[in-house]
This record gives sequence, structure tokens and C-alpha cells, in this order.
Amino acid sequence: MSVFSWLNAQLLKMQWLWYLVEQLVVKVFRLSMESRIGESVHFFIYDVIKIFILLSVMIFAISYIQSYFPPERTKRLLGGIKGIKGNILGGILGILTPFCSCSSIPIFIGFISAGLPLGATFSFLISSPMVDLAAFMLLISTFGVKIGIAYVVTGILIAIVGGVIIEKMKMEEYVESYVWGVEAGETELEEMTPKDRIEFAKGEVKDIFGRVWPYILIGVGIGAGIHNWIPQSIIEKVLGSGNPFSVLIATFIGVPIYADIFGTIPIAEALVAKGVGIGTVVAFMMGVTTMSLPSLVMLSKVIKPKLLGTFIVLVSIGIIIVGYGLNAFSALLM
Amino acid sequence: MEIKILGTGCSKCEKLEKNLNKALKELNIDATIEKIDDLVELVSYGVMSTPGFVVNDEVKSVGKALSVKEIKKILTT
Repeated sequence: MSVFSWLNAQLLKMQWLWYLVEQLVVKVFRLSMESRIGESVHFFIYDVIKIFILLSVMIFAISYIQSYFPPERTKRLLGGIKGIKGNILGGILGILTPFCSCSSIPIFIGFISAGLPLGATFSFLISSPMVDLAAFMLLISTFGVKIGIAYVVTGILIAIVGGVIIEKMKMEEYVESYVWGVEAGETELEEMTPKDRIEFAKGEVKDIFGRVWPYILIGVGIGAGIHNWIPQSIIEKVLGSGNPFSVLIATFIGVPIYADIFGTIPIAEALVAKGVGIGTVVAFMMGVTTMSLPSLVMLSKVIKPKLLGTFIVLVSIGIIIVGYGLNAFSALLM
Repeated sequence: MEIKILGTGCSKCEKLEKNLNKALKELNIDATIEKIDDLVELVSYGVMSTPGFVVNDEVKSVGKALSVKEIKKILTT
């Protein structure tokens, strides 16, 4: 076994933890691993601990990197870059800039009023929630490196293409007019010291953790339920690869729901174990995180219905294409 | 002293406000605190990550729930 696969098995998949929890379930709870209850309890405890550990470590590392890219700086980096390069950079910076749904509107107003192209701004706004570095690591842990990479690459592609199309459609007039009139200030931020960055990263771990732990518990709970209590045949019928509408169904269930991406991964894991295609599951995750009713309501304060509708349609189509694409190539990815 | 907290009710903003009140009390400084949740005004300060911490119309920090210690340092230097 190569060093890399050992690292992946022990550090990301945490086989040691799987084994420890098995001991706990069998020896302490006296439940058979063959029984439904035993399996569900094992799935729940193992997954919750695994996600909690991975999340804390990864959010810390990722936030440290992200501390180099506050939105105020991203705005400067994006300024003056025209055409598709702006879209590509917007899509990539969307991943690197720390994102909280509460700051997406100030970022939108800030970017537009600073004269950034509408398309690049949308590339940023699509990739920020859609592609999450911690989710990337969790996906590698759960489904392997190739799926993780496919998730990041296709997410950025949706962001770039979506932004380019919005640019080409010349939809500037569908931005609420007050946005153009905002006089954007410039803030010179002091360069952070390594100690500041560590403090920032610690704060992010605390903040994100405090926000998402209920979603993780609920997600793992639903995952454990799917894993052991819902018959495979039902899930296969609705979401299985035999159903040509599976990706459509997953996307339309995912779009209005708001949940944290970390809560959706255990559900995805359980669904894949039940024979649901990986593309269907990625489409569901992207739908849940990128668009939700609360975020659409917020966006509607700064853009008019036509642009909002275009955004929803473009992103949905993108997610659906990615879903069917990943399903078609799943043999290569899994 | 005029202090403004720019933000739209995120958890970090509330924490910053709490810490600010504590810091002011410990330093025994009189200051007016204004909470600004108007997004346009936020952006006009150049702030995009909330909360923004503004003292006498100068942005001192963004996107951070400053600790009591950090606030004291900002207010006394």
C-alpha cells in the first residue's frame, strides 16, 4: 500500500476510528454489527466524530489560507481585469475568499460599485457557496480523490460559464439602480501577522462549528436512517441510475432547501451506498448550498427578477449537466 | 468618541458589540455607539466582510469579532 493511500485511509477516512466505534458498539452497547440498530448506531457515532474532527482541522487550515484573501482584497485583485480572465479569476477567488451568506450582498454591492464587470461578480457569487474547500476534503475522505477534484473543477466551470453568459446577455440594467450610485470606499487593511492569522483561523473554527453542528447531527441522522431503514428498491426507483430523471429530482429537491454542505455529505454517503449515482448526489449537494430561499430573497434586494431568474436557470442547468456528466463518467471516477 | 459597528445581525457582530461594551466599561470611556445595518452605508466605508469596526469615521477592523483586549488596544492608541 502506498504512503498516500495509507494516509487517506487513516487520516481522511479514519479507519482507526471506524474500528474503535465498532468496538464500542459491539462490546459496550452489546449490539451486533449485523443488526440494523447496531449498524445505524455505528454509522451515527463514527460519522459525527469523523466529520467533527475533519472539520475542525480543515477549517483551521483553510481559514489560515483564506485570511490572505478578504473580500476587500479580492475586489482589488479583480479590478481592471476584463473579459473571461475576470470570470476565471472570480471563480477561483470565490473559493479562496472566506464566505458567509450574510456578506454576499455587501460583496455584490461593493464589487459592482467598484466597477467590476457583472459577469465576473456573478462568477464569484456562484463559486463562493458552491465550491467549499472543507467540503472538498470531506468528499475526498468519503468518495475518493477523483470525486473531490471533479466537484471543484465542475463547480468552477459552472461559475465561469454562468458569469460569461450573464456578461454576454448585457443584464446590467437588471441590477437595482441604487447599487450603481453607491460610492464605494477603499479600506486599507493592515497586513495581518501570522499570529493574527492563527487567531482568525481559530475564530473561524469556533464560528463555523457553532453554526453547523446541528446540521451535521441532522444530516448524519438522516444518513443513518437512509443507510439502514429505507429499502434500497425505493431509493433506486426515485434516485437510482435507472431513473433518467434522478438528477433533475435531486436538483429540484436541493435548490429550495437550505442546509449546510457538511450536513449534506453524510446524506450523500448513505445515498451512494444505496446505489444512487455520484453525479445525482453532487447535484443535490450543489443545489442545497448554492441556492436556497433565504439567499435568493437576499439577492432579490439588489437585482431585479429577470436577472435573478436568469441566475437561477443558469445555475440549475449547470448543476443538472454536471450531475448527468458525473453519472455518465462515474465508472472512471469511483 | 464615535464608534460604529457595521453589520447585519450576524453572530460576530453581536459578539463584537458585547466585547465593545465591556471594553468601554473597563476603560471608563464615554462613547456613542451606533449600529449600522444599511448595506449601502457599509459599502461606502469600503467594508464587505461584517462586522466593520469604525472609530471616529475610520475603519479599524473588518470581518472580525474583536476581543475585549483588541478593542482596548485600538481605542487607546
